[in-house]
Amino acid sequence: MVEFLNSDMKPLRRIVSRTVVLPADHVDTDQIIPARFLTTTSRDGLGAALFADWRRDGSGGLRSDFPLNRPEASGARILVAGVNFGCGSSREHAPWALVDAGFEAVISPSFADIFRGNAARNGLAPVELDAVAHAELVASPGAEVSIALETGVVTLPGGGTARFDLDPFARRCLLTGLSPLDFLLSHDDRIAAWEDGLPSG
Amino acid sequence: MKPRTLFDRVWDAHVVVPEADDHPAVIYVDVHLVHEVTSPQAFSMLGDRGLPVRRPDRTWATVDHSIPTRLDGGRPAWLNAATRRQVATLEANCEAHGVPLFRAGEPGQGIVHVIGPEMGLTQPGRTIVCGDSHTSTHGAFGAWAFGIGTSEVAQVLATQCLLQSRPRTLSIEISGALRPGVSAKDLILGLIARFGVDAGRGHVIEYRGPAIRRLDMEGRMTVCNMSIEAGARAGLIGPDDETFAWLEGCDLVPRGAAFGRAVERWRRLATDEDARFDGELHFDASGLEPMVTWGTNPSMACGVAEPIPEPTDPEARAALDYMGLEPGRPLAGRPVDVVFIGSCTNARISDLRTAAGVLRGRRVRDGTRLLVVPGSGSVRDQARAEGLDEAFLAAGAEWREPGCSMCIGMNGDHLRSGELAVSTSNRNFEGRQGPGGRTVLASPATAAASALAGAVSDPRPWLNS
Repeated sequence: MVEFLNSDMKPLRRIVSRTVVLPADHVDTDQIIPARFLTTTSRDGLGAALFADWRRDGSGGLRSDFPLNRPEASGARILVAGVNFGCGSSREHAPWALVDAGFEAVISPSFADIFRGNAARNGLAPVELDAVAHAELVASPGAEVSIALETGVVTLPGGGTARFDLDPFARRCLLTGLSPLDFLLSHDDRIAAWEDGLPSG
Repeated sequence: MKPRTLFDRVWDAHVVVPEADDHPAVIYVDVHLVHEVTSPQAFSMLGDRGLPVRRPDRTWATVDHSIPTRLDGGRPAWLNAATRRQVATLEANCEAHGVPLFRAGEPGQGIVHVIGPEMGLTQPGRTIVCGDSHTSTHGAFGAWAFGIGTSEVAQVLATQCLLQSRPRTLSIEISGALRPGVSAKDLILGLIARFGVDAGRGHVIEYRGPAIRRLDMEGRMTVCNMSIEAGARAGLIGPDDETFAWLEGCDLVPRGAAFGRAVERWRRLATDEDARFDGELHFDASGLEPMVTWGTNPSMACGVAEPIPEPTDPEARAALDYMGLEPGRPLAGRPVDVVFIGSCTNARISDLRTAAGVLRGRRVRDGTRLLVVPGSGSVRDQARAEGLDEAFLAAGAEWREPGCSMCIGMNGDHLRSGELAVSTSNRNFEGRQGPGGRTVLASPATAAASALAGAVSDPRPWLNS
């Protein structure tokens, strides 16, 4: 099969980083990026709006107790969050904001379906771990963690490992920068033939 | 042949390239709906590669999310230059690619999930997508309809196809009859309260059973609309005579003998009696009360007069803290700053009729603001023809132009920090209706009654008097 490189997305193989832990369950995309930041026509610069209403108080000052604001969170590329991460709106601005803020992976026991797909299409690995491994990560914020996308293995802070499943196509997109749009365009003949068989109207 | 569900039939009829070990299925999209907020970057992706829109004849655009619903001297009162530019960008993209667009103020414009069914675009058995999670609404007609991200909007614009792994199927069988004063909105809030916000993850839900059959199309749309709040990839309902009666005469639905043939085809979509679902849930609707949410996700809900439950986890405690509410006491009686009647969940004509029925001849309580936002130009015009607008205005409500408005708070219609709203919309997430705003989700009847009382209220006494 021909591989297509998406110039927008850098291939990812291994992510090694300290974690930031946001222990909340059901983090919705309105928290990841509130709707008032969606009036843009661009994909750029959305990291500044990431978790805007959790990061800042009503007068615009940074909340020191919010995990992403702590000094040790600076430069972290792995976010650890609770179940059903990314629920709610289909806004792709959510992974755009996370990627713009430097994140390359989110680790959670489960992801909302639309977010999971949006993330993988943007070079943000959705890593689903079992409850035990997840609890270990939640208990050790700032720990150094390694994610091997090719083998689906996370090396935990205690030295143990945990496996995760990734949809094979999403894995290919992440590993190679494969663009789903180019993949679809490569099936143009099949699509045209299928359309020829459609009843008119 | 193996017995099939409605979803199986729609899936099977749209596979262009089957799933393989290393890629999902290529699925054909019959109808692509586009709006101003999630499309500009998608059109840019096409522009970057010099790609045309493959099927402008299968693509329809409208403006709804960021447009003003208030007129100032007859002209739209734009919030700022960014919202205006976003709408201008959609206009330019539609012009350049030959995509039909319903502009603000034009007949046919409205919330994308209200106008699709109005036009008759939403038909049984179709695949319908939009860069908006509430696309699940269209499932009420037996279509497979779901929200997509902006990269996928670009994929559909360029190829009319999407990559999809096959979802699992979940049957939710709903028995019993809703009591008087209890609506489709209360039903879906009750379902989510019972089964949770991720009960449907990975699944397409088919809502079944006598309580669903008794709902009119607008009630079915309300139920399917909030499938995403149950975490589902889509929600659908088998088409029946109620569905066909709605569709007959819609602009884009065939007429005469062709309509008869379409109905025959649509009837054959029904789930076979012996078909198997991957999961099955049951719910008895007969005990349901008018529902209100007390927390910051749609599963945090209870009957309006029931005590708010004691929190059992940190999320529930944090939610009560955010909402400024105490467990052990009912929400009924809690003062309300704003009431919002609108959104793709509850801004259709039957919703406005219900609200007007409660409000007619009465006044909104001093200190409470009521905003009524029709879902489309057609809904607005029908409401005017029936004098509903006069009932709203006489009660002291603001009566607006169609749009998403305070459901998402992008256009200047939003809560101020600390304000509590009773809202007929679909999300009570923190800050959803404005930073620091607090949202209580409810039905149109509960919202209207709460506006009159200036406090969260059981609608039933108002409906009966």
